[in-house]
Amino acid sequence: MIECKNLNKIYQTGDVQTIALNDVSFSVEKGEFVAIIGPSGSGKSTLMHILGALDAPTSGSYFLDGKEVSKLEDDELSELRREKIGFVFQAFNLLPRTTVLRNVMLPLLYSDTTDEERVERAKTCLAYAGMEESKFYNLSNQLSGGQMQRVAIARSLINNPAIILADEPTGNLDTKTSNVVMKAFQELNQKGHTIILITHEQEIAAFAGRVISIRDGVIESDIKK
Amino acid sequence: MIADILKETFWSLSANKVRSGLTILGIVIGIASVITMVSIGQGAQKTIESSIQAIGSNLIIITPGAQKSGSVSGGQGSSQTLTVGDADMIVAEVPNVKGIAPEVSKRYQLNAKGNNTNTQVVGTVPDYLGVRNIAIDSGTFVTSQHVKSSAKVVVLGPTVRDDIFGVGADPIGQTIRIKNVDFEVIGVALAKGGTGFSNPDNSVYVPLTSAQHFLSGDTFVTSISVAANDQNSMTAVQQQISEFLLKSHNITDPAQADFTLMNQTDIIATASSITGTFTMLLSSIAGISLLVGGIGIMNMMLTTVTERTREIGLRKAVGIKKIYINMQFLAEAVALTFLGGFVGVALGWGASLLVSKFVPQLTTVVSLSSVLLAFGVSAAVGIIFGFYPARRAANLSPMEALRYE
Ligand SMILES: Nc1ncnc2c1ncn2[C@@H]1O[C@H](COP(=O)(O)OP(=O)(O)O)[C@@H](O)[C@H]1O
Ligand SMILES: [Mg+2]
Repeated sequence: MIECKNLNKIYQTGDVQTIALNDVSFSVEKGEFVAIIGPSGSGKSTLMHILGALDAPTSGSYFLDGKEVSKLEDDELSELRREKIGFVFQAFNLLPRTTVLRNVMLPLLYSDTTDEERVERAKTCLAYAGMEESKFYNLSNQLSGGQMQRVAIARSLINNPAIILADEPTGNLDTKTSNVVMKAFQELNQKGHTIILITHEQEIAAFAGRVISIRDGVIESDIKK
Repeated sequence: MIADILKETFWSLSANKVRSGLTILGIVIGIASVITMVSIGQGAQKTIESSIQAIGSNLIIITPGAQKSGSVSGGQGSSQTLTVGDADMIVAEVPNVKGIAPEVSKRYQLNAKGNNTNTQVVGTVPDYLGVRNIAIDSGTFVTSQHVKSSAKVVVLGPTVRDDIFGVGADPIGQTIRIKNVDFEVIGVALAKGGTGFSNPDNSVYVPLTSAQHFLSGDTFVTSISVAANDQNSMTAVQQQISEFLLKSHNITDPAQADFTLMNQTDIIATASSITGTFTMLLSSIAGISLLVGGIGIMNMMLTTVTERTREIGLRKAVGIKKIYINMQFLAEAVALTFLGGFVGVALGWGASLLVSKFVPQLTTVVSLSSVLLAFGVSAAVGIIFGFYPARRAANLSPMEALRYE
């Protein structure tokens, strides 16, 4: 369902060029659980943003369900992100001064779900991500890093997406909560969701069925269990 | 959908109270100051116009001396070319004249009961009452009998009565001394209020002939007031008086005329050009306030661009379409400017009512055009600077917007 061919991403800041991805090609089948592992600055987040249709590669092509993503219009991309992809940002990216619940319901805006349904779904997703109920009406900027991470995960689940892309989803969690969250991802995977997550911990990668390791923008190894 | 946009707008504005508050404040200040300033300027203009109207209606004033363009006060009494005979002949020769009142006016020292006052003494005829729109409070005005016999009688303006005899006193039958001649008070004029040029409330009236015999000592008049029958005949009457006087004064070149004709429209036009300047000044001040308010709005909107751009990036990242993002941010800008707009209009209106209340000489006039202008400018600034950066951000890719600095 995901197919990358010769992806390159070059960041240009002033005179400095950073090659974040160098000729990356791979594909992911529907229902796979993939962990991407690699040192900091190796291009994991960059790759994830391209997979999430949030950024375009400098060159190369990316097909999602047979459609070339870089050829899509802006609105088609929005629709694609909304319907197929749940994204957990490394930096969480929550709306500041906004309640936990409203943050999780954000992707449901302008859809034809009722308010009650939105709240219902948001609460379910928050519980799934291991968020304590007493915090549902707290403002997002009053949360700890771990709590923000769980809100970000809950938000990625709200549209029941076919693909969940998570950029270091356990980076701010203790071992116990990490395991809760990873169990949840495993469960989602068993329900048929395709999951790709970034981590730099081997124990987390062990939950996945396939581990791709990346270094300096190049795929080093791709191991299926 | 629309409910979502409205809800998001409301939430966004209330979640960013300081930002919203400061933006609204900028709009309120701009709009309120424009409305107040312009209302004061236009109020002053109206006040002056109506006090000119109060002099009398359809009035043409003939003064001796050459035409001085643009001069309101003319050269009253400075040259001696008009006589009562001119007035009599105008009545006989020019149609559509309702009344004519020649007068000899000059300031004299008045005294009575040990009180002194320097006052405009108007020597005139009974017609003056109608021509100059003056009403009698008690007693009588100068009669034609008084004029015929050069009677030493005087009618007091209410201010003069108050100054000499005390507020509301009945001075009829008392004597006042003007230039060492005793005059008997026969009446008091009704207060006209307002602020005329030579304030009628602060004048006294004596028979024309008495003024000539006892005060000025010659047979000339200082002005002739002519009331035309109606507004429509004004131009014709003025034209005919001019032609007639030129002929009877044996002047062939109208540029050499030894008299000046002025009607209320001219006076109002001259006065308006003065108050117009005043209004311009106030409007400029208001314009500057509007500009300052506008810059405030702009500044507020632009300083939040980074945060808004990131927020927009996030909204796009979770799959919200551009159009909804644009609509929400437009709704936000509109809500802010309209909220500020309504408060600003109300505040400006209130302030100009307060000015009216505490400055009785000035009746402020809130004009629709100033409201629309003020509202329009700040709405435009608010919407352009609120919406434009949002629109630009919505056109970026989600990551570009999220990384915006
Ligand atoms: N917006 C950007 N502009 C310039 N360089 C960037 C940008 N984002 C990432 N990079 C660079 O690209 C490389 C890969 O970054 P990233 O994908 O974030 O790595 P990872 O997530 O594996 O830590 C790094 O060298 C980083 O400094
Ligand atoms: Mg990263």
